[in-house]
Amino acid sequence: MIPTAAVEATSDSAPTGFAWRRDGLQWNSVEVEWRKVINWGGLCALGLVFIALSGMLVGLDGRPVLQRYFSLGYLAMVWLPLLLGQAVNNEVVREGIAGRPRGAGDLLAGATVGGLGGLGLGALILGIANFDLRDPLVNWSPQLLALLGFNQGNTFGFVVWILLGAALGMLGASLHLMGPDLRRLVGIVVGTVLFVAIFETIIVDLAKGFRLVFVTDFLYGLRGGLLAEGVVALAVVAGAAAVLGQGRIKEAKASLAALEGTERKWANAILLVVAAALLVIVPQFTGKITNELLANVGIFLLLALGLNIVVGLAGILDLGYVAFFAVGGYATAVLTSPRSNFLPAVCDTFLWFECEPASLPWALALVVVVIVAALTGLFIGAPVIRMRGDYLAIVTLGFGEIIRLLFLSDWLTGFFGGAQGVTNIPPADFGLFEVAGIDPRSVFYLVLFFCGVAIYISWRLERSRIGRAWMAIREDESVAEAMGINTVNMKLMAFVVGAILASFGGAIFAAKVGSIFPSSFLILVSIIILVVVIVGGIGNIPGVILGAVVLIGVLGGPKQPGLLQEFSQYKLLIYGALLIWMMLKRPEGLLPNARRTRELHQDEFLQDAWLKGEVDLDDDDPTGGRPAAEGTVPMETTPGDSASGEVAPA
Amino acid sequence: MSDRLLDIQNLSVTFGGLHALRDLNFHVDEGEIVSVIGPNGAGKTTFFNMISGMVAPTSGEILFEGQSIVGLDPNQITGLGIARTFQNVRLFANMTIAENIMVAQHCRTKQGAWGALFQTKAFREEERAIRAHAEKVLGFFGTRLIGYRLDQPAAVLSYANRRRLEVARAMATSPKLILLDEPVAGMNPKESAELTELIGKLRSEWGFTVVMIEHDMSVVRDVSDRVVVLDHGEPIAQGTYEEVSTDPQVIEAYLGRPVDGAA
Repeated sequence: MIPTAAVEATSDSAPTGFAWRRDGLQWNSVEVEWRKVINWGGLCALGLVFIALSGMLVGLDGRPVLQRYFSLGYLAMVWLPLLLGQAVNNEVVREGIAGRPRGAGDLLAGATVGGLGGLGLGALILGIANFDLRDPLVNWSPQLLALLGFNQGNTFGFVVWILLGAALGMLGASLHLMGPDLRRLVGIVVGTVLFVAIFETIIVDLAKGFRLVFVTDFLYGLRGGLLAEGVVALAVVAGAAAVLGQGRIKEAKASLAALEGTERKWANAILLVVAAALLVIVPQFTGKITNELLANVGIFLLLALGLNIVVGLAGILDLGYVAFFAVGGYATAVLTSPRSNFLPAVCDTFLWFECEPASLPWALALVVVVIVAALTGLFIGAPVIRMRGDYLAIVTLGFGEIIRLLFLSDWLTGFFGGAQGVTNIPPADFGLFEVAGIDPRSVFYLVLFFCGVAIYISWRLERSRIGRAWMAIREDESVAEAMGINTVNMKLMAFVVGAILASFGGAIFAAKVGSIFPSSFLILVSIIILVVVIVGGIGNIPGVILGAVVLIGVLGGPKQPGLLQEFSQYKLLIYGALLIWMMLKRPEGLLPNARRTRELHQDEFLQDAWLKGEVDLDDDDPTGGRPAAEGTVPMETTPGDSASGEVAPA
Repeated sequence: MSDRLLDIQNLSVTFGGLHALRDLNFHVDEGEIVSVIGPNGAGKTTFFNMISGMVAPTSGEILFEGQSIVGLDPNQITGLGIARTFQNVRLFANMTIAENIMVAQHCRTKQGAWGALFQTKAFREEERAIRAHAEKVLGFFGTRLIGYRLDQPAAVLSYANRRRLEVARAMATSPKLILLDEPVAGMNPKESAELTELIGKLRSEWGFTVVMIEHDMSVVRDVSDRVVVLDHGEPIAQGTYEEVSTDPQVIEAYLGRPVDGAA
């Protein structure tokens, strides 16, 4: 967890009953940091103009969120003043220092930020109405103007955006004035409604599978979008659940954490079995869209788990990880496809006899694929591994491209088909069942199995002699070497394990898609897998899983659609924004590795440890008594390396 | 001589035009405690870096148990039985105290991926042995580094305890020769007296041969059999503490040359 010192002070002590109002609000005096508020307002304006000009407002207008009233395009705009109005009033409170009083000042700040954002859009309206900049800005269009004016004219739009922005900003700010219980209730209700509105496609698909179509028929209109009565019903249900379920989850978590020894083990085992059972059973009910999505998430999760070993455990920043995915895919393709020209070409070029395409069954081909991937890992790793840091990242990036270009090259067209790729890859046949792209459920099960394997491998290796060596290399490579660790071998090993896991992904991908082209293995794939690992939480398996679900499942993979299909055009924009936000606010990832968090928040961590009395301040004597000076100058402990951030005793 | 553990012959190292070490001849016998002293920039740490393989000598020979170790990687040298600590404490700060010591046993253990994946009996026994050895090594420093501390990250340790952990980590590699780079730097007199005693025990209880760089003359006096003085990369005196401390060249190196002798 994040050290408490870094967390904004949001939890006021609620006495009893339902805490709907924050204690000690101030209404008569107004304290606003105008400089900050105006900066944030400018940010809000820039953000809104950017979103409008990126085409989201126009492009997503056809997709209703609330039928007849509100489209996804407007939703893509209004969240920003709401969020910034809330965020501008955030305050990092250090332990033991009183925060500023809350009250009218917060509302004013929020309203100003939102209002300035609205003013930005107003300016955009005036701009579009009076100038023509369509040449550089393709979305500088009359449609945008019409939508910005809510189809009621420019003046109307101008005024309404400012008022709307201010109202939204104030609404965001008002979260700070609510008591913890009310805030929670509002959060759950709004979150539920938005969730159900945005993820309409998948919810309808799920409802079909579970024979709950009558629910979705009630919620959604015919042409999509929530109906008003649906919103009310959702809000009531979510609110009731929030009030009734208050504290239950926390209690359950606490009682789970309180378990120890064998009981704890049993509880963990039961949870694991339940999760596994759900993963096996649920796809039986879900429709094709859901299963396709699950299969894609699984393939990328497999890749991310492999990369997590390389980057997260051993600390080797590999930007060319797609190379091993490509090798796995191509090796599977040429070994299984009856149309592959690979083996005939090899015989023709290097041997004296003719031969037919291998057409191996998938499972048998996989054995060869693993060996090929391991060898590729060694082959690429050996020259690369002696480098460190940035150099290593750049060289791996290069190798990633080299592999793709080799498959694309004219020189090897005879073997790998060049840009035409390898087609007619048969489904993976396991006798009892077949895994084919047209049946995403079977692909999901296959991927699930291999993800399980990958998780097991990561888990066991991390808690072994090898895992410790990787950790030491990540911390300080030269010291690790001086402590007797063969860093070259250990890093190569991480590289090879990563390569093998990626080749599993490639093999499944080949069987799923049925044809393999160099364009499936763009550098973008490497980047997206890396983003999955970073956003999820480097070095933490649950984090990587969450990262894959959130990014691949919700936003979509490089070419695979996610839940937010509407946003697929803006996928990379969102990836980028998310990554920047993560690096600023939560560099350790969504579900971080405890060790990594410590590394990135060393100051706060040490402050916390110090407050809890865990920091070891006593150098003299384990019993705690600091002796009087024995005829010498009394010496305080003087940390020699202040950079290490040790808390010096007062 | 057969009982020479470490024998260094005509060792030189130059960085560009700078002679960090020039024509150093030095040896350590089994069971000795030798101190290397000298003013700042005399080449003491370079000397350690060279023995531990982190810097390659320009010329000369380093023999460990009669075998040349020039050109070997640091991990191979550690494997042969030379361990070191670092002057500017370089622990694995985000690993726990136990892990810091366990990872140092890497070169003495051998279970690989196979054992880890299938949790073989040999693997589990080795893990147990690694943990037990770690606790034994940490127990050498009293109760400071064991108990609840085992699973705390090294970053929370006090400065003196970090220094102790550095020594413990070197001990955990099961070396024959242990190189201590300013082990008591920054400690108060009481702590350094205590560590001095422990350095004596490194030989008497654990059977290590010790080479130590140290600025604190009371530590050097109390524990070393022999003292070597380096200045500007050259050995200017060798002998017992008494011999060296009265050597005019040594006094000159520490206190400065007379004005008329300045180059």
